[in-house]
Amino acid sequence: MSTLSERILGAPAGDYVDRNVDRAYAHDGTGFLALEAWKKIGCDTLGDHTQYYIQFDHIVPANNSTTATLQHELREFAKKMSMQFSDIGCGICHQLMCEDAVLPGEIVVGADSHSVTPGAFGAFATGVGATDMAAIWLTGETWFKVPASAGIHLSGKLAGAAEAKDLALAYVGKLGMDGATSQALEFVGEGVHSLSMDERFVLTNLSVETGAKAGLFYADDVTIRYLREQGRAGAVQAPEPCTYCQEIDLDLADIVPLVAVPHRVDTVRPVGDLAGLAIDQVFVGTCTNGRYSDLARFARLVKGKKVAVRTIVVPASAAVLTKAIRTGVLADIVEAGCTIGTPGCGPCIGYHMGVLGEGEVCLSTANRNFKNRMGVGGEIYLGSVATAAASALKGEIASPEAS
Amino acid sequence: MQGRGTAVCLPADIDTDLVIAGRYLRTKDRSIWATRVFEDLDPALAPRLKGAVIVAGKNFGCGSSREQAAIALREAGVVAVIAPSFARIFFRNAINIGLPLIECDLPCEEGSEVAFDLTEGWVEAGGQRHPIRPLSARMQEILRAGGLVEYWRDHR
Repeated sequence: MSTLSERILGAPAGDYVDRNVDRAYAHDGTGFLALEAWKKIGCDTLGDHTQYYIQFDHIVPANNSTTATLQHELREFAKKMSMQFSDIGCGICHQLMCEDAVLPGEIVVGADSHSVTPGAFGAFATGVGATDMAAIWLTGETWFKVPASAGIHLSGKLAGAAEAKDLALAYVGKLGMDGATSQALEFVGEGVHSLSMDERFVLTNLSVETGAKAGLFYADDVTIRYLREQGRAGAVQAPEPCTYCQEIDLDLADIVPLVAVPHRVDTVRPVGDLAGLAIDQVFVGTCTNGRYSDLARFARLVKGKKVAVRTIVVPASAAVLTKAIRTGVLADIVEAGCTIGTPGCGPCIGYHMGVLGEGEVCLSTANRNFKNRMGVGGEIYLGSVATAAASALKGEIASPEAS
Repeated sequence: MQGRGTAVCLPADIDTDLVIAGRYLRTKDRSIWATRVFEDLDPALAPRLKGAVIVAGKNFGCGSSREQAAIALREAGVVAVIAPSFARIFFRNAINIGLPLIECDLPCEEGSEVAFDLTEGWVEAGGQRHPIRPLSARMQEILRAGGLVEYWRDHR
């Protein structure tokens, strides 16, 4: 009896295997280094059986001519090699892979740590570095150590103001930043069926913050419906009895709004404990919480009101942005005093489009609050979309339960 | 495969943002990474890394997949990194660019001499020899070649 990772990789935990990769993707931040390695190896042809993607999302549009030149080279390369290329403004690589690529049972690698996100489809999705990616461009395959799996047993339903983000912070807080190093997290139990795909993406996205190699949901009716809506098809995966190397139980009904305080994702506290802490910026977006459902929820909470601090909202993709325009969600957000960024990673990695100044504090819906990440001397508190809305309206960290 | 160097002690959970900050990533000039390495942790650290063996706490290299972190350490002259555990992407990246990593819970004495032999499988520090888990055959091959680029140059 196997875990889902063992099933997809076709070998028991602990084995080293060479596997063909179904889809391989890289962004502007890692792709240029992969291209350097590619040139140094002296490659000229791509592996045959892999779908290759280059997506520009990290610094979009380019912030200076150095970045623009690096992006130019990578853009030309992607076109020359007939890779599937998404230019600035198309969206975050992980979101694009979820919107129109990954299928259950596939092996997917991305040159970014949050490439664990598409595991929500029941795929084995993981991050690699730039040189690994260059070798995957060349051969279409790479080596894996089949991971042991941790069982994250979910029961009940989210209630009140709690969101999938709070659930994600809860499990990261429980496991710790290296609590699942090189393991795969399997989200199982009757509680999973109440979670939408957007909510599952949040849970798999944060799995790397525990050191995990992958985060997986078994494909179920929710997965198949989402795929069908996006014009794709896939089959349900039934869990088998299997052995987990560790297990945690979470009752979704017990989850309350949480915040991860600087500078660790696993230092998690109830948002109420931090209520009143002054902030300088709110950031809603990223591969964690930049989807349409996030923007719609945020808009519902700020509609007809005014934010009290500068608030930056960055849609995760052009599709998200388009839908938010069509439904009026975007107008509600802008009328509430927020500003909108180009679909992509926004200020999450501290380049531009909303970096923090010395001593400034940001409430962010992203997934990392490492020291100086969004700007030297800035402090990052991670929370849900509802916490971001409540905090934006007050100009201080505020619980969405109070509003 | 042998090496030796001077111990530089670092705490646990060093993330790759701390190794090399996001603001320095977009360049092909690798000397920038060598001089800015660990800037947000301790700006005085970079010049002390030539010939250093970093002895760190658990979970070294967690967070972002940026390969620039491993490259920055190598360019700054780091001989090897020793820690009880490494984050997995950093682990792959370091081997791929030819920087030896050694999984070992070693007490660290700043400035002391540390020696290792990856083939025989030991680390020596403070007059004590500690056994280490050998790397996979594939990883040893990649390290011996000098990195994955060199490995593939030879294997095509």
